Amino acid sequence: MLLTQFLVVGAALFAMGVYGLLVRRNIVLILLSVELMLNAVNINLVAFESVLVSSEAIGHIFAIFVITVAAAEVGIGLAIVLMIFRNRKSANVDDLNLMRW
Amino acid sequence: MNAFYKLAVLAAEEEVVHHEIHVGDGGWWADTAGIMLVLPFVAFLLILAFGKRMKNKGGEIAVAALAINLGWASVLFFLNMTEGVLDQTVFEIGRIGSGLVFELGWVVDGLSIMMFFLVNFVGLLVFIYALGYMKDDVRVDWFFAAFSLFAGAMLVLVGAPNLVQLIVGWEGVGLASYFLIGFYWEDLANVKAGNTAFLTNKVADVGLILGAILVAVAIGSFDFAELAVAATEHAEALGAVALAGGLLLFFGAMGKSAQFPLHIWLPDAMAGPTPVSALMHAATMVTAGIYLMARVFPLFQNLAEDARPWMIAIGTVTLFAVGLLALVADDIKKVLAYSTVSQLGYMMTAVAAGGYTAGVFHLFTHAFFKALLFLGAGSVIHAVHSNNMSDMGGLRKYMPTTFWTFAVGSLALAGIIPMAGFWSKDEILATLGYEGYTAVMWIAIAGAFVTAFYMTRAVALTFFGTYKGHGQPHESPRIMTWPLIGLAIPSIFVGVLNIPGVSWPGIGNFTEWLGVRVVPMGDHHAEAINWGLAVAGLGAAVLGIALGWMIFAKDKDTQKERDSLEIPVLYPLFRQKYYVDHLALGIVGAIKGPIANFIDWTNTYIIDGFVNAVGGGTKAAGEFVYDTVDQKGVDGVFNGLSATADGAGRIARKWQTGRVQQYAAAFVAGVLVLVVVFVFVI
Amino acid sequence: MTFGDWISEPANWAFAVIALVVLFSGFRVVTAKNVVHAALYLVGALAGTAGLFLLLSAEFVAWTLVLVYIGAVVVLFLFGIMITRAPTGFDEGLDADHKAWPATLAAGVFVMMSWASIDAFGTELVVSIGVAVPTELIGESLLGRFVMPFEIVSFVLLAALIGGITLARRDLTPLEEEERASV
Repeated sequence: MLLTQFLVVGAALFAMGVYGLLVRRNIVLILLSVELMLNAVNINLVAFESVLVSSEAIGHIFAIFVITVAAAEVGIGLAIVLMIFRNRKSANVDDLNLMRW
Repeated sequence: MNAFYKLAVLAAEEEVVHHEIHVGDGGWWADTAGIMLVLPFVAFLLILAFGKRMKNKGGEIAVAALAINLGWASVLFFLNMTEGVLDQTVFEIGRIGSGLVFELGWVVDGLSIMMFFLVNFVGLLVFIYALGYMKDDVRVDWFFAAFSLFAGAMLVLVGAPNLVQLIVGWEGVGLASYFLIGFYWEDLANVKAGNTAFLTNKVADVGLILGAILVAVAIGSFDFAELAVAATEHAEALGAVALAGGLLLFFGAMGKSAQFPLHIWLPDAMAGPTPVSALMHAATMVTAGIYLMARVFPLFQNLAEDARPWMIAIGTVTLFAVGLLALVADDIKKVLAYSTVSQLGYMMTAVAAGGYTAGVFHLFTHAFFKALLFLGAGSVIHAVHSNNMSDMGGLRKYMPTTFWTFAVGSLALAGIIPMAGFWSKDEILATLGYEGYTAVMWIAIAGAFVTAFYMTRAVALTFFGTYKGHGQPHESPRIMTWPLIGLAIPSIFVGVLNIPGVSWPGIGNFTEWLGVRVVPMGDHHAEAINWGLAVAGLGAAVLGIALGWMIFAKDKDTQKERDSLEIPVLYPLFRQKYYVDHLALGIVGAIKGPIANFIDWTNTYIIDGFVNAVGGGTKAAGEFVYDTVDQKGVDGVFNGLSATADGAGRIARKWQTGRVQQYAAAFVAGVLVLVVVFVFVI
Repeated sequence: MTFGDWISEPANWAFAVIALVVLFSGFRVVTAKNVVHAALYLVGALAGTAGLFLLLSAEFVAWTLVLVYIGAVVVLFLFGIMITRAPTGFDEGLDADHKAWPATLAAGVFVMMSWASIDAFGTELVVSIGVAVPTELIGESLLGRFVMPFEIVSFVLLAALIGGITLARRDLTPLEEEERASV
C-alpha cells in the first residue's frame, strides 16, 4: 500500500470539510464539517506513523490527542450554539451579522 | 502483402504450436472467403426488395445466406484443424503519399476462422429461431434486413486484415445495433435505449479512431500482420506513441464490450427483440472489443505493457461489480445482460493479463451458452408475454425443452464440469495465477460464486415454484426449440476442445488452431490441469448454486416473499446501478448549463459591452469636458478630494460583512496562497 | 511499484472499497439536504476511517475513534440538532446561494495538498499490515514521553466540561437571584 493513497484520501476529506465549512448555513452543520476536517488530519497522522514506525507510536498518540481535543471542542461548540439559539432564536449563521458595518 | 507471405513462411518454419502442424494457405477456399463477407449484404438488398411478398417476409433469404456462409466457414475450420490456414487477400483502395495504405479485403488465420465459424453458426441458429419468434410481428422484413446487415458488418469486422476495415465493420455493427434496439420504435423508451447505445459507442469510437491513427503512424501501416511483426521485432523504437495508441484502442473496446463505466448501454439494449439480444449483445457484437484486443495483442505484450494493469483493473471491476447487479434484476433479460457484461469483464481481464488463448476460448464458449440462454429466455417471454420473473414460475412443467436447455446453459455459464464454461473459466483462472495477479484471481473466483448464485435465482424463479402469471403458457414451436437444442450440444461438449495438455489426434486442440497466426503469441499454455484452481472454481460455483437453490427454490409458495429479501444498503445501490447513469446524466447536464451561460455572458458583456462602451465612452468624454473642465474648475478639485476619501471608506467598510463564513473563506484563501508560496516557490 | 503490482495486492482492493465509502460519505455530509442525514453520513465517514486505520494496523486508534467519535460526538451532534430545533425534514435553505467560490477554494486546497504529498513522498510504501502496534506501547508512551500533554489534555477536558455547563446554564431571572442571595 502506498503512503500517498492515504494522504490523498485525507486531502480529499479535508477539502470536502472546507467546502462544507464555507457553504453550510446551519451552525451545527458547520461544526460537522470541522469534524470531517479533523478526521482527515487523523488519517494523515496515522498514515505517517505506519511509515515512520517510531518506537513510541508518536503518530498514534498525536491522533488520540486530536480526537480528544475534538471531542472537547464539540462539547463547547454545541454549548455556544445553544446560547446563540436561545438569544437569536435561529441557528442560521447568516443571522449572526451584528458585526457588520 | 509481401511481408505477409514472408511471415507465413517464417511461422511455418518456427514451431508455432506444440505439434508439427504444417501451415497451409487454405487454397481456393481461403482465396474466395470474401464471399462470406459479401453475401449478407446481398441478402440485405434482396430482402428489402422482395421481402414483403415472401411467406416469411424475407427470413428465408437471410437464413439461406447464413447457411451458405456456414458451409464456407466450416470448410475453412476443418482445413485449419487438419493443416492450418494462413492467408490474406487485400485490395488497395487508397494511399497517403508513399506511406499509409488503405486496403480492404479479408484475412484467414486461426483467430478469424474461429470467429467466422462462430458468427455464422450462432447466427444461423438465431435466424432460424427468429423465423418463429418474429412471426406475425411488425416490420418483419425490415428486421431480417437489418439483421443481415449486422451479420455482414460483423463478418467484415472479424475478417479485417487491417485497422481501417475493422473500423468500417465496427461502425456497421453499431449502426445495425441502433436500428435493431430501437426496432419497436413506437415506444419512446426503446428509441432512447437505441440512442444511449449509439452515443455511448460513439464516445468510445473517438478513442478507437484516434488510437488506430496513432498506432498506424507509429508502425507505418494499418495492417495487423505488420503490427504484429513490428511489435515483436522493433519493440523499443515505437515507445510512447504506441502506448497512447494502445490505451485509446482499449478505450474504444471498452465501449463496444461494455466495460465499466461504459457498460450502461447494454442493459438498456434489452429493449430490442430477443433474437437481437441473443446474437448481438451476447455472442458477437459485444465481443468485437475483445476481438480487437486479441488482434493487437502483440502491441500489449511488448510496447504498451504499462497499459495492461489499467485494463485488468477495469476488467476486474466490470466482472465483479456489474455481476452483482444481476442479483436484483426482475427482468430476465436484464439478468442475462448483466451476466454478459460480467463475462466480458472476464474475457478482457484474461486478455489483458496475457492470456490470449484463455480470453478467446472464453469468448468462444460464452457465445454458445449465452445465445442459448437468451433464446431460452425469449421462448419463455413468448409464452408468458412478459419479461419479468415475477410473472413467471413453475414453467418447468409447461415448457420442458426450454427448461432443460436453459438449465444446460446455466450450468455451462456457472462453470460446472464437464460443461464448456468450466474449461474456459478454469483456463482464465490459471492464466491469472500464472501471471501473478493473485488478488484478481480470487476476485474472479468470487465472481464465479456470484454468477452461479444469480443464475440459480433466475432458473428457480422462472421454472420452479408456482406459476404467478395469468394465461396459458405452452411450449414453443419446433422452429424455436430446435435451435435451442442446437446450441445446447456445443455448450456441453465444446469444452473438450481445450483441455489443458490434451490434444486430439489428427485435429489438435483449440490452442493449436488459434495459434495459427503470423507471429507466435507467446502466452502461457498449461501442460496439465491445475487441480487446485479447478476445484476452487468449481467449489465456488457449486456453493453459489447450493445457496441459490436453498434461498429461492425450496418452498415454492413463499418464493415471491423470499425474492423480496433485501440486503439493506447494497440492494438499493444495485437497483440504482451504482448511480452511474445518474453520474453520466449529471455530467452532461452540469456541463451544458455553465457552457451556455458562459457563452451568453461573453456575448452580453464582452461583445455587446465593447460596443456599448465605445458609445458610452464618447458620450462621457463630451460630458467630461463640459462639466468638469468647464464648470467645476478649482473648487471641483477640492470637492473631489474629500469625496474620494469618503467613497473609499464606504467601499472598504463593505468588507466587514459580519458574516463569519466569508471571513473563513478569506482566511482559507490566504492560507492556501501562503502555503503554495512556502512549499513550492521558496 | 507499478500499477500491476498494486492491483495484485488484496489489501489495495480492500483499501479501494473503503476509500470509496469514506469519500462518498464525506461528500454526502457536505451536500445532504437533510440535517439528520448529514450527521448520519458522518458516521459512515468515521466508520470508514476506522476501517482505514485497521488497514494501517492502528487498532487502538481505530477503536478509540469508534468509541469517542461515533459513540459520543455524533450523539452530541444529534442532541444539538434536536435542541436547536433544526427542521428535521428536507430543508432547502441549508446551503448558501453562491457555491462557486467555496468550491474553487476547496478544490484548490485538495490540489495543493495532493500535489505536495505526491511530490514529497512519491512511491513510499506503508509497512505491510499484520504488524500491529501493541496497546501497551501507546500506554507507555502516554505516561512516558507524553505525560505532560496527557495531563494538559485532561485539563482541557475539564475546562470543556465546566465551560459547557456554565455556558449552557439558564440565566437566572432577577427574582431567582434575590431568592438565592437571601438564603
